[in-house]
Amino acid sequence: MNASEKLPESERETVIEVHDLEISYGTFVLMRDLNFHIRRGDIFIIMGGSGCGKSTLMKQMVGLKKPARGQVLYGDVSFWDAGTEVREQLKRRFGILFQSGALWSSLTLAENIALPLEQYTDLPPAQIREVASFKLALVGLGGFEDFYPSELSGGMKKRAGLARAMALDPDILFFDEPSAGLDPISARLLDDLIIELSESLSTTVIVVTHDLASIFAIGTNSVFLDPEAKTMTAAGDPKRILTESADPKVVSFLTRGTGRRTKE
Amino acid sequence: MSSSTYKEATFSFISPSTDALVLRLSGDWMANGRLPDAEEIRQALSQQIPAPRIIFDVVGLGAWDSGLLIFLAKVFDICRGNGISVDSSGLPPGVCRLLELASPEKQRSGVTREKSPPSFLVRVADATLDFGRGFKDMLAFVGDATLSVLRMLRGKPGFRRSDLILILQETGAQALPIVSLISLLVGMILAFVAAIQLRMFGVQIYVADVVGIAMVRVMGAIMTGIIMAGRTGAAFAAQLGMMQVNEEIDALEVLGVSPVDFLVLPRLLALMLMMPLLCIYSDLMGVVGGLIVGVGMLDLGVIEYYHETVNAVSLTYFWIGLFHSFVFGVLVALAGCLRGLQCERNASAVGFAATSAVVTGIVSIVVATAIITLLCQVLGI
Repeated sequence: MNASEKLPESERETVIEVHDLEISYGTFVLMRDLNFHIRRGDIFIIMGGSGCGKSTLMKQMVGLKKPARGQVLYGDVSFWDAGTEVREQLKRRFGILFQSGALWSSLTLAENIALPLEQYTDLPPAQIREVASFKLALVGLGGFEDFYPSELSGGMKKRAGLARAMALDPDILFFDEPSAGLDPISARLLDDLIIELSESLSTTVIVVTHDLASIFAIGTNSVFLDPEAKTMTAAGDPKRILTESADPKVVSFLTRGTGRRTKE
Repeated sequence: MSSSTYKEATFSFISPSTDALVLRLSGDWMANGRLPDAEEIRQALSQQIPAPRIIFDVVGLGAWDSGLLIFLAKVFDICRGNGISVDSSGLPPGVCRLLELASPEKQRSGVTREKSPPSFLVRVADATLDFGRGFKDMLAFVGDATLSVLRMLRGKPGFRRSDLILILQETGAQALPIVSLISLLVGMILAFVAAIQLRMFGVQIYVADVVGIAMVRVMGAIMTGIIMAGRTGAAFAAQLGMMQVNEEIDALEVLGVSPVDFLVLPRLLALMLMMPLLCIYSDLMGVVGGLIVGVGMLDLGVIEYYHETVNAVSLTYFWIGLFHSFVFGVLVALAGCLRGLQCERNASAVGFAATSAVVTGIVSIVVATAIITLLCQVLGI
């Protein structure tokens, strides 16, 4: 579990494999032929412009939206072909941070984090409370146990959402636009935290984002979704894509439209 | 992922010399197993010779997750309390970094939450002040709405016509099925109750009078009022409450558009217009309900029943009924919109706003009925 000393990419096991996935709304096909795999300990970035289906792709991976075609494989298990029971078990390995936190507004922060623990573990209440406090401290919100989400700022809500996503020590953490609505320093701190979790607990992290600073700071692997080509047009380490990609649209995206590859 | 495959997590303190204490960890430390609590650690620590420093031996440590971190955070805490300095260099680097993140120095200082509930007197005082404030808000809102109506009469309606038409449809035509059902049943119930009494005197025909007068004068208006409070008042509150949650109302205000003009006025107008129309319809359905019972159970003729109803129900009763329903329309619309605009910014507040709109609507309907009935008594109509 504690793979602080990270193995080279090819030796780490594949955690998620996406196979011929198609994203569509009704009869309108947004993306097709998505194929990529994510290895243990990766920080995998799903990037692309607004409206290219990044969030929908994530929803299909975590089981919120059934894909029209194609498969999402966790190990050898096909998520959407497996029975409900297997799916529920797989879902327990996920932690998800939604775009605006999605904290349950009628519960305090501690209760928000305690809910998944109460649901899925046999821990005594006192220990659940300890876990909740620790997770909050980990995201810098120690002392906020008895606050309600409505009493927090946007950035704090996001961090509390992360604490909740980590409640069950998930193998796989999904982030939907983690830096949206955060100031640069908070966004940077969140990035550091993501790296820390991935390195120390060898958590596999999947991040949906279009924030370039984050993409280059944390990403170890990625896919680029191009809505005009209706498929992924680049994959791999974002830093390598930046230097090696021949696709002008990918380069333009990664350089904020300037096309200059040298980073100032 | 089952916990049975993990080795049991154990810890022991050893003191090889007087200058340092060693905490030896072995097994798999996972959060979903049972972890030693603070008291156990304190006890184990107290059995050792006091030392100024604590170091860690993790040779036997297997898998770990936040379970180990939580345990170590507690150990650190206790050591600090006992004046023992912590040398975490023996721990895996990931553990150190995560513990560093969760350390008390990294938290915002001075955040505490008052936990003790306020005393009885304080609560009574708060509730009283809240009540006063709520009453003031209500008056202010009624004032706003009145001004808004005046602005409209001066020819400057602050809402979009298409909104009004949509609301008219939602509050009018779409309410017809439920108003039909309820009014028909109320008419039948009134007829049944009256029939039992009137049959004893052999004057079943007066069932038509009872049903006709009751429905037209007050029951039709009250039944539509209550249906609309539950149906439309709650919908208004939920709509405006959700808009409040999404900051849509703030967006209107910043734009210089009065939320009262834009949102409340069309709803108020729609109910002012639709409630009397629904009331007329309800009166009719109630009389039909009475007719069904009269003809089916009491062997009255349809024509006979019709004539008796026409004779009994005067135009004055009809106007009184309409006046009721007009007032109820205003009350239901205002209650719904007020509670919606007062909504706080979370999901449960929207639910509360809807409930509160229905309660306020129904209470004000009953109070208004009492006042109007009293006025009619005094005026002798």
